Amino acid sequence: MEVDKKEEIASESSEEQVVNPWEVSAKDGGKIDYDKLIDQFGCQRLDESLIDRVERLTSRQPHVFLRRGVFFAHRDFDLVLDAYERGDKFYLYTGRGPSSEALHLGHLIPFMFTKYLQEAFKVPLVIQLTDDEKCMWKNLSVEESQRLARENAKDIIACGFDVTKTFIFSDFDYVGGAFYKNMVKVAKCVTLNKAMGIFGFSGEDHIGKLSFPPVQAVPSFPSSFPHLFPGKDKLRCLIPCAIDQDPYFRMTRDVAPRLGYSKPALIESSFFPALQGENGKMSASDPNSAIYVTDTAKDIKNKINRYAFSGGQDSIEKHREIGANLEVDIPVKYLSFFLEDDAELEHIKKEYGEGRMLTGEVKKRLTEVLTGMVERHRMARAAVTDEMVDAFMAVRPLPNMFE
Amino acid sequence: MGFSKDHLLARLQELQIDYSKYEHPPVLTVEEQAKYVSSSEGALSKNLFLKDKKNRYYIVSAMTDTKVDMKVLSQRLGLGKGGIRMAPEEALSELLQVSLGCVTPFAVVNESARDVSLLLDQKFKNQALCIFHPLSNDVSVSLNTLGLDKFLQSIGRDSVYIDLEANPVVGRDQPPDLAVYVPSNSVVVPEFPTKTASIQTASKNVSAEKTKPVASAKPSKLAGNVKSAVEDSALLVFKNPEKFVEEILDKTTALLLSEGKGENVTALAETFRKRLTSEFTHLAVMYKNTAYSQGFYAGTQSQPKRP
Repeated sequence: MEVDKKEEIASESSEEQVVNPWEVSAKDGGKIDYDKLIDQFGCQRLDESLIDRVERLTSRQPHVFLRRGVFFAHRDFDLVLDAYERGDKFYLYTGRGPSSEALHLGHLIPFMFTKYLQEAFKVPLVIQLTDDEKCMWKNLSVEESQRLARENAKDIIACGFDVTKTFIFSDFDYVGGAFYKNMVKVAKCVTLNKAMGIFGFSGEDHIGKLSFPPVQAVPSFPSSFPHLFPGKDKLRCLIPCAIDQDPYFRMTRDVAPRLGYSKPALIESSFFPALQGENGKMSASDPNSAIYVTDTAKDIKNKINRYAFSGGQDSIEKHREIGANLEVDIPVKYLSFFLEDDAELEHIKKEYGEGRMLTGEVKKRLTEVLTGMVERHRMARAAVTDEMVDAFMAVRPLPNMFE
Repeated sequence: MGFSKDHLLARLQELQIDYSKYEHPPVLTVEEQAKYVSSSEGALSKNLFLKDKKNRYYIVSAMTDTKVDMKVLSQRLGLGKGGIRMAPEEALSELLQVSLGCVTPFAVVNESARDVSLLLDQKFKNQALCIFHPLSNDVSVSLNTLGLDKFLQSIGRDSVYIDLEANPVVGRDQPPDLAVYVPSNSVVVPEFPTKTASIQTASKNVSAEKTKPVASAKPSKLAGNVKSAVEDSALLVFKNPEKFVEEILDKTTALLLSEGKGENVTALAETFRKRLTSEFTHLAVMYKNTAYSQGFYAGTQSQPKRP
């Protein structure tokens, strides 16, 4: 479920912004207008009161992504919290389309947040690896997409998920049985025209693509996992994802009541900017557009210093006079994602924005933070063995999933 | 334990390989060795023990005047630029079972080195005699490459001679020419937890470049080895209770020593909680996952209970 470059969908070019699972582009090459997106999609803003509620219910500081508005939109998250308060639990569902071995920090964001949700609310999680999707859209061989799914699973596990509460599955392995029965039920409820409208399919697309959306929809229904949730058909599902995945779940929420299932709730994030700036695209073919989890400390330092788009002024004098343009400055943006300390971030924004702090200092701090993150991820990744992947992906009960 | 030098020399004799033996005080460098073994006896060799990012190991044995460019070698092996570096000391003792200053083609006689790739300078073939350490740096042995080949064959290895000074283009249409010599298996070398890389995500005092030494009297390692050493030890930290506890205490004491000056104890306790909670939770989860996975695997292998 990552943001990928556009394939062949005919879209209204730079007139309107385009956000769907296969394309994300802003109007006139500018910035994404998230308010407009929320309007257009019909989801809600995640406001302060909800964040406070989360803090109360979980007895811990809300995750940095909530505090900084990275996860900023939702559907029915308030209902999930209401139910939770009454003692009705929920489960988490997120996923990844394994199209490449190289993962960058943007890819980790939904997983970092989901890990926090799992720990804070003490709920189980299913993670879907859509190897079939990538096989179809990226024209990979079946074996290659399965291999990538396993490799990506290792990086996902390294984010720190608890094996006693987490089930990772790949579509090629798991589709069948109860899961497939739900897929057929969903498919029966969505006409070809509707699918073309939601996803932009056309007569030129192969039928594999047309039949894919139910695969991503049904993990929202607990009956798709009889080994995990036997008899718990009313269990709610919360889906943390990037906002471009919304179309899949709009369709799912539309279909759910007709099948007698609860609508899944969503909690959605904004897009992680490329190093070159909001208008740049993070792309696997340009290693300098992002920080990868395999980058060395030296790579990270170089990339930040050379490619991170700076909002600082051209000369020191001018900078000290006007201050930095925080709107476009990438280092500050990245820090707002990854620097845990709110006070320190505020301080940097103030000093940098008013010209007392220079770009070099901000970049240096960012390099420290990212290097620490990447090092920690690498250490955890080194400990993920094939046996561990097998354990996470085994179709087994999770008896302690709500502890 | 590994092969001893006497063992090795006896084996050479058994195989009827001609060699000459020179004893001398222990030498750690080629320069020192040259003092005791003159070039008339044969061509001296320099021997590098290398490791790539996927825990695969290589011995590169070359004439002393052959220029070995690590960047080029790395690319020719298909590891990208900078994909290869000197292996850490523990790997030397664990895999090659030799000490510092003793890397030699003969080290592959050990079972522990079965996955180590041996690359020999093709310039050796033009020499009448070449000089290597027979698993100990207080002896040097000179022999012809044919003798070396015979020995390698006797332990089931093919001799691989390459032009170490070649710098072929490596690109999409020109695959790396040495990629076939990359070992198919990686090796995990357990490491003593000197933990020189103290990784504090939120620590303001640690700069990205320097790794802050853990404040105990343990010697710090060469910077280049730290990363691979840290990765190798990662596996033990998550499996072994003692190493796990040691990691926690290392990080805690490091934080104490960096933040503890003059702070009142309550504030310090708060700082600890704030800075260490998430990192330690992550550590603990990986520990749990490792234990579960081992148990899970054991479960798949276990015999059903006898009725």
